[in-house]
Amino acid sequence: MRAGRTASRAAALLAVGCALLAMPAAAQEKTLNIVDYGGAFEAAADKAWFKPFAASQGVKIATEQYDGGVAKLRAMVEARNTTWDLIDLETNDAITGCDEGLLQKLDPALLGDRSDFIKGAILPCAVSSMIWSTVFAYDTNKMQTRPTTIADFFDTQKFPGKRGLRKSPKVSLEWALMADGVPAGEVYKVLATDDGIKRALNKLSTIKDQIVWWEAGSQPPQLLADGAVAMTMAYNGRIYDAQKKENKPFAIVWDGQVYDYEWWGIPTGAKDKELAENFIKYASTKDNIWKLSNFIAYASPRKSSVEMMNKAVLPDMPTAPDNFKNALQIDAEFWADKYDSINSRFMTWLGR
Amino acid sequence: MPQAGRDAYRAARRSEAMRSLAFALPLLVFLVAVFLYPIGALLVRSIQSDDVAAAFPRVSAGLAGWSGAALPPPPVFEALAADMAAAQQNGTLVSAARRLNNYEPGFRSLILKTARRLPDPAAGPVEQAFLDIDRHWGETETWRFIQRASARVTPDYLLAAVDLRAGPHGLAELPPDQRIYQAAFARTFLISGSVTLICLLLGYPVAYLLATLPPRQSNRLMIFVIVPFWTSLLVRTTAWYVLLQPNGVVNALLAQAGLTTAPLALMFNRTGVLVGMTHVLLPFMILANYAVMRGISPTYQRAAVSLGAHPAVAFLRVYVPQTLPGIGTGTFLVFVLAIGYYITPALLGGGGDEMISQLIAFQMDRQLNWGLAGALSVYLVLLTLAVYFVFNHFVGVDRLRLG
Repeated sequence: MRAGRTASRAAALLAVGCALLAMPAAAQEKTLNIVDYGGAFEAAADKAWFKPFAASQGVKIATEQYDGGVAKLRAMVEARNTTWDLIDLETNDAITGCDEGLLQKLDPALLGDRSDFIKGAILPCAVSSMIWSTVFAYDTNKMQTRPTTIADFFDTQKFPGKRGLRKSPKVSLEWALMADGVPAGEVYKVLATDDGIKRALNKLSTIKDQIVWWEAGSQPPQLLADGAVAMTMAYNGRIYDAQKKENKPFAIVWDGQVYDYEWWGIPTGAKDKELAENFIKYASTKDNIWKLSNFIAYASPRKSSVEMMNKAVLPDMPTAPDNFKNALQIDAEFWADKYDSINSRFMTWLGR
Repeated sequence: MPQAGRDAYRAARRSEAMRSLAFALPLLVFLVAVFLYPIGALLVRSIQSDDVAAAFPRVSAGLAGWSGAALPPPPVFEALAADMAAAQQNGTLVSAARRLNNYEPGFRSLILKTARRLPDPAAGPVEQAFLDIDRHWGETETWRFIQRASARVTPDYLLAAVDLRAGPHGLAELPPDQRIYQAAFARTFLISGSVTLICLLLGYPVAYLLATLPPRQSNRLMIFVIVPFWTSLLVRTTAWYVLLQPNGVVNALLAQAGLTTAPLALMFNRTGVLVGMTHVLLPFMILANYAVMRGISPTYQRAAVSLGAHPAVAFLRVYVPQTLPGIGTGTFLVFVLAIGYYITPALLGGGGDEMISQLIAFQMDRQLNWGLAGALSVYLVLLTLAVYFVFNHFVGVDRLRLG
């Protein structure tokens, strides 16, 4: 008796379950599986692109988070079971993924007028979604004179106080050279030589005893807030967040900013390549690409966006004409080749 | 005892032993599966070099008998073109390129660039195509690196981990401005040694106090040793991060007391590392000494004093020698734990305080150079074993106890 009742209840449950599972299938709703870094970027992209795209196409968007790197993607592609349709990539992964055949070649026709994109914003397998930047920031309440150039970061006479830098040769060495008078366009040419590395390290040596080294992107706003440093290297989005959400009196110096692109790419074997292409097309159009800037201080890689953007947020963007005067794009190929050998010298220098 | 009885006794003993083994079996399997095997696999990686051999099988074979005097013959160029095309298809090209980049910065982009630009290998002679793409293909050194990297067993990682490399004339040290690892091992030993000494100086009196007080008071005081011991390492390190900041509690107190005018630099330097690590490791020193001291009868010291020794002399010549096993155990535990430290120096240290574990982690997850990470681990394991044998020789592992 009792067993019979359990069985019939289970059968009823099963029926309800099947009905529930069958419903979305019946509606024939497609799902675009996007994998990204999560956090503030995903929240902003959701409002700017994911939700409107899903509504306009009648599809669903499912997001998943990862920490970068192509290891997991490679495993999926090798197992011939790619569950992602679209990936948010950093530059080195966009290049590596393409070289390893883990990303599909992108049809340039999707992007419309390619001359509207900033130089370097289109790769064979990826198109840039936004631009973020490494800048230096200070606390306006604590600095009597305002620093304005990258050389000021290295001038502890005129601007006394500790300096926060990421414990990595990346960007630190570029800055040292720029502060030493190397024009942005020649930084990597100089850095490729032995003397160039020596020159950069010598420049860094002039402030070495004042440097506080950080490792995670969340540290620099904290170091500034604690007064542990007078100026610090930081990612512009983090400083923007501290300015707007926590009302910190921080200011960004854009001179010498080192910017990089963030990318969209379609993995090899994606289940719904067409939908992913549609999304890239949608999110990259002149009319939509700038909308991310409504929600986060990351800039659009299209030139026309400057006119479309909300004028109030323009001064916070890495690509605003005033901010972009002396800007350097990080050279991912250079660092992929030279990181190990330069890092050895950097570490030896650190330990001296 | 008659023979039959003795056999029965042995059989009983054997089945007893088997039963205990059966109880221990899950733990043994667990240890082998999650501890010994992964460690072994990582250590094996320090001499393993499959990347290039797997990606470029034809070239590896073609270069096997090559003398290195002149450029390899055209078939080797053709083999490389075919291998590159295949490696690009099956996704092994980048790992091979990364492996070669360990020898010579720039090798990675040379390989990738060449693979991108090479014409179809069926189209005709490829030698000239290689030379047109990059002049490095016309240098014997480039091919010597490929030949060297094709060997499936390599000493290169073990050499690199002590700042050596194999040059054309035998082993050569890296230029002084590129040597990191020798200095990092020395630094790791210096920091661990300093922490051990500070722990001993601070912990010995505390252990003595705990061992000589009446049990009620001693138990109460013991809470102050045990509670930090139970607290997570990360929590304690972060707590020091808060305390030692320029505007932190310690600096605020010093400034209010009028002792300092500007904040002292207490963290992001060696001071921070020593303070943090000493605090985390101190309970081991105290407990090891306490365990030994509790068993020492006070009557020996009293006898020495009653025979005319000054109390200080009695303490140094009668009491301290009896506590040597405790000192040895505490020193050993603290030192061995300290040489593997990672989080505390990363959070509280500055530029020149990198310990070897930080460098291993960096090679593992940032540079994906598992061979070098494995080689560094090999040396770390060997050094730890050496410390263990010194301890075993002078103190004896059987005396290892914590209360």
